[in-house]
Amino acid sequence: MMAGACALTPLALIPNADAFCGFYVAKAETDLFNDASKVAIARDGDRTVVTMASDYRGEASEFAMVIPVVDVPERGQINVANPALMDHLDAYTAPRLVEYFDDNPCDQRRRLSEVTVTATRRAAPLPSVALEKAEDLGVTIEAEYEVGEYDILILSAEESDGLITWLNQEGYNIPDGAEETVGAYLRRGMKFFVAKVSLERHDGNADLRPIQVAYEDEEFMLPIRLGTVNAEGKQELFVFAMTRQGRVETTNYRTVKLPSDMDVPVYLKDEFGDFYKDMFRHQVEKENGKAVFMEYAWDMSWCDPCAAEPLTPSELRELGVHWLGETNGPRPNESLRRPRRPVAPQAVDVFVTRLHLRYDASTFPEDLKFQTTGDRQNYQGRYVLRHAWRGDYEQCEAAGEYANTLVDRWDTEATTLASLTGRDIDDIRARMREEGMSGAALGLDEAEPKRKWWQNLWGGRND
Amino acid sequence: MMSFRESPRTVFSAINSDARHWQLLALSSLFFLSRFVSDFGASFSALGAALSGAMLAQFVGSRSTGIGFEWKSAAITTLGVSILLRASNPVFWFAAGLIGIGAKFLIRYNKKHIFNPACLGIALVTLASAGAWVSPGQWGQTPIVAAFALGFAALVLSSAKRLDIALGFLMFFAALQFGRAMWLGDPLVIPAHQMQNGALLVFAFFMITDPRSTPDSRIGRLVFAAFVAGVAAWLGWGPHVRGGMIYALAALAPLTILIDRILPAKRFEWTIEKPQKGTVYETQDTDDGGRLRADAARPYPQR
Repeated sequence: MMAGACALTPLALIPNADAFCGFYVAKAETDLFNDASKVAIARDGDRTVVTMASDYRGEASEFAMVIPVVDVPERGQINVANPALMDHLDAYTAPRLVEYFDDNPCDQRRRLSEVTVTATRRAAPLPSVALEKAEDLGVTIEAEYEVGEYDILILSAEESDGLITWLNQEGYNIPDGAEETVGAYLRRGMKFFVAKVSLERHDGNADLRPIQVAYEDEEFMLPIRLGTVNAEGKQELFVFAMTRQGRVETTNYRTVKLPSDMDVPVYLKDEFGDFYKDMFRHQVEKENGKAVFMEYAWDMSWCDPCAAEPLTPSELRELGVHWLGETNGPRPNESLRRPRRPVAPQAVDVFVTRLHLRYDASTFPEDLKFQTTGDRQNYQGRYVLRHAWRGDYEQCEAAGEYANTLVDRWDTEATTLASLTGRDIDDIRARMREEGMSGAALGLDEAEPKRKWWQNLWGGRND
Repeated sequence: MMSFRESPRTVFSAINSDARHWQLLALSSLFFLSRFVSDFGASFSALGAALSGAMLAQFVGSRSTGIGFEWKSAAITTLGVSILLRASNPVFWFAAGLIGIGAKFLIRYNKKHIFNPACLGIALVTLASAGAWVSPGQWGQTPIVAAFALGFAALVLSSAKRLDIALGFLMFFAALQFGRAMWLGDPLVIPAHQMQNGALLVFAFFMITDPRSTPDSRIGRLVFAAFVAGVAAWLGWGPHVRGGMIYALAALAPLTILIDRILPAKRFEWTIEKPQKGTVYETQDTDDGGRLRADAARPYPQR
């Protein structure tokens, strides 16, 4: 899809063999968002590995995580991951900015070069509540593990009141109003996975590592309700779903594509992160807060342009992509799938979908339910900067025409930016004028009305 | 030639002469809504593929049974398949149309086909391959969709007289969802959210209402709706099947044979029969509003 989009670009005449569809300039990563949670899910059939990361910034002793789980995992089903893996996955899938440079129009040939900038963001903590262990109140400690810096308990309980009382006694600050939600999970027969940081095994300075759990479940879902019980404001969540088949979508909420492949003013190059945040906020508002945004859907074997290199098979295995064998050979159709610019170390049978949502109890009352589809169409959040050629616009006729098209182009870019982000169009235009993107800056007399399209017909004889 | 003033009435009665005309109009509108409102909605390639499959089966079926070629039901199946089914390759829509209409000719009992064609086509294709699926969440929960589906559907069903099964299904299904939420202690916004689902409404108003593959009597239809709602709800709770209502309807369709035997009633016909010239018709039957029902008129004196 990406290749198609590039091929349609009028400026995309490929001047030399190694030029490709744009140079990556910037990405918008998840750390743009405060308190975002990042969850990677690798799933094939019922077999699922979930990796949960948060950007928890507080004292390690205050950290706690409470997650409903379907079963009591064994020790071997729990692991801690290298945080760099999630960062890599985030960077690879982040929305990106690409740049093209117009050539001298008098050369009758415009070359493009493209730079990509990605917007990577950071993940917010999962429903974090502190908890420890105890026995009464109808609470059963089904298992107790030490994994990395975490002390982990798997709890079952007869009643939510007893469980919450016990957790609070143990120093887990369960927010008021959680009884109903905890009770609803218990009624579904679910257990609670609770984790705290062991101060003996953690020096308190290092970042907390993501927790991983491998399990089998027919249901493909992610519990989010606990996180909304006492949340102040909206929560930010990124889901990176990795499957063999194709794109993942939510089935109980609308999945929409983040608007993409649009030309925006070049001054965004240094403020891509702000642009991405504004755009996301505005798009969420347009959907009344009730949609899940798809920001990336791609075959992990490649990328174009790449915000980061694809993950290696060993990284993917660490993230729980269990179906990649140790000696993962190329797939039968590998040569067909590979792009002109192969960037992957080797083809892998992984399709990744990046979903982004901003939620609270009113807009997302129910846990997220997903399904894997057979759709393998590639999609990415990609925004294009086109740098104008600067020079003497009177040196040839083509240059004069080019200057005229620039004014229209800039106007379209301003309108696009306003509609994507909800920013004020006059502010955008003023900023563009400051940056030299105006007719006046080109030496065109803006007071003079532009030539109508038909004035160029018949050699202007009708003027 | 009809006068300008008469034309709206004439157009209305022309459309109203066959309940399927309303259905075709409503489904076409829903197709466009899905095509242009959803990022993962219906597509023209799906429509073309489903149409080819359904019409091919209809053509072959008509020829081999010696009846005239009848495009309307196949067109309804085509629209139903392209609105509800998503696939990675057009061959799946083609197959769903072909299987659905093919089964209409092949799987019959007592001169009545058993399966709703679109429902059977979608169910079999999605079960057979991971390349085809149903996307129940992509309509969004916008009230516009709900109002649209309701408004149009009511019109459709007023002439097909099948509002009972649609509302019956929705009420049974809602009762189960709300009942379970109360048992779990879930806030009621959760079942309310589950009911505001475009795919559910499309199913209720355009699929389970098919007069030809559902029981003939009203009581029978309500019993049938209750069974479908029960199985659909269970499929969602137990094995966590997405779009469970479609599989529930396909699996329970043979139940209509039994229900029709226990609760027999007059068979539905699509077209309103035109009275023959020179015959006096009369009816004693009244509709819900107490008005005489023209469609129930019989020749007088009784022959």
